[in-house]
Amino acid sequence: MKSRGLLIALVVIGVLAVFVLGIFLWGLGIYNSLVGLDEGVRSAWSQVESQYQRRADLIPNLVNTVKGFASQEKAVLLGVTEARAKVGQITVTKDVVEDPVAFSKFQAAQDQFSSAISRLLVVAENYPTLKSNENFLSLQTQLEGTENRIAVERKRYNDVVQGYNISIRKFPGSVIAGMTGFKEKQYFKAKEGAENVPEVKF
Amino acid sequence: MKIKGATLTCLLLVVLFNLLHGQEQEISKLQRRATDLTGTLRSSELQALEAKLRDFERATSTQLVVLMVSTTGALPIEDASLSVAQANGIGQKGGNNGVLLYIAKNDRQLRIEVGYGLEGALPDALAGQIIRKEIVPHFRNGDYYGGINAGIDAILKATRNEYKAERNKVKSPSDVVAPLVLILFIVFLLLKRGLGGYRRSMFGRMGPTYYSGWGGGRSSGGGGFDGGGFSSGGGSFGGGGASGRW
Repeated sequence: MKSRGLLIALVVIGVLAVFVLGIFLWGLGIYNSLVGLDEGVRSAWSQVESQYQRRADLIPNLVNTVKGFASQEKAVLLGVTEARAKVGQITVTKDVVEDPVAFSKFQAAQDQFSSAISRLLVVAENYPTLKSNENFLSLQTQLEGTENRIAVERKRYNDVVQGYNISIRKFPGSVIAGMTGFKEKQYFKAKEGAENVPEVKF
Repeated sequence: MKIKGATLTCLLLVVLFNLLHGQEQEISKLQRRATDLTGTLRSSELQALEAKLRDFERATSTQLVVLMVSTTGALPIEDASLSVAQANGIGQKGGNNGVLLYIAKNDRQLRIEVGYGLEGALPDALAGQIIRKEIVPHFRNGDYYGGINAGIDAILKATRNEYKAERNKVKSPSDVVAPLVLILFIVFLLLKRGLGGYRRSMFGRMGPTYYSGWGGGRSSGGGGFDGGGFSSGGGSFGGGGASGRW
């Protein structure tokens, strides 16, 4: 009689153990998939960052070329240089994608830089010799290409973040994410008034 | 209840319409390397371009594709061209060595979309130069074939030495034997069919042909089938290249 009770107890413990192990392995699977998604966000972010860096690297050359033809446009040229410096000052840590404040700061600085550059390009339109300068044309093409790459990588980043955010907020993922400290990532927002073309003054 | 039914029907219709419409508006699935959806180029010109691009791909594995559309609609040309390039997987998977020359004729805009793997050989500045110096002057004179041809030549020149087709490196005997066996097999099948009776084979083929014709939709691009159409290599793009207008 006694040994039968023991057997039942053992079976119950065994079943429980298998059950717990199953849950553990299941959670582990979810955790691993979250790690994969997290890594995806990181690599998408690094693409975004390197394209922004590429743009910042192009600017001194552009500024110098414009200076050669339109040195009187001091305000615009200074604006670009300052905006570039501001972008350079931002220290981008690994957690910037999880920090809403740092992230919006980063985006604001980059957007400001963008509008300073587009002001410069609008001003350049007024200088026919500059506009037909081969060096300027080549820099302008490179800049356009970089802006386009930035747009592409930002969109891809947002897509990856969306997949990640959904899976840490949906049910099984949300439990595991809460326990293991996966945080929601930030999206790039469309610039306010991004559709407005910069004003041309004559 | 009746109203509910009507709404449901309406909804279903809308969904159906969207599905059908969506299919029509879908990003061009390319069948050939040189495609003109505007009917501007003569079929002999398209064939000449196709042959040039095919030979280049065979030699280097780099896929260069030309697509001329009438307009991109509300979409910026950068978005339209990237989605075509990405959806068709131009370029080989490992090398990402694809280039798309995308022309929106009525918008008077064009773009050279450069795959990740060719951004070094064909940087944006060079792509812009090709557009400004090789293509646009021809386009301004209404010479579309001349512009495309000159542009292609310049792109080929820039990317020629970047990649080598693997097929050229290793030529094992099985590479030669396999197609031969296949051809013999097909000839054998055809002969067998011919002996088995013309009528039966026709009848047997009617059904599937009919159905595939119904579902397949119209095919784009002109020219006869020569066994060397465009097939996706799975290449990827990151927005590199240059745009221009004329």
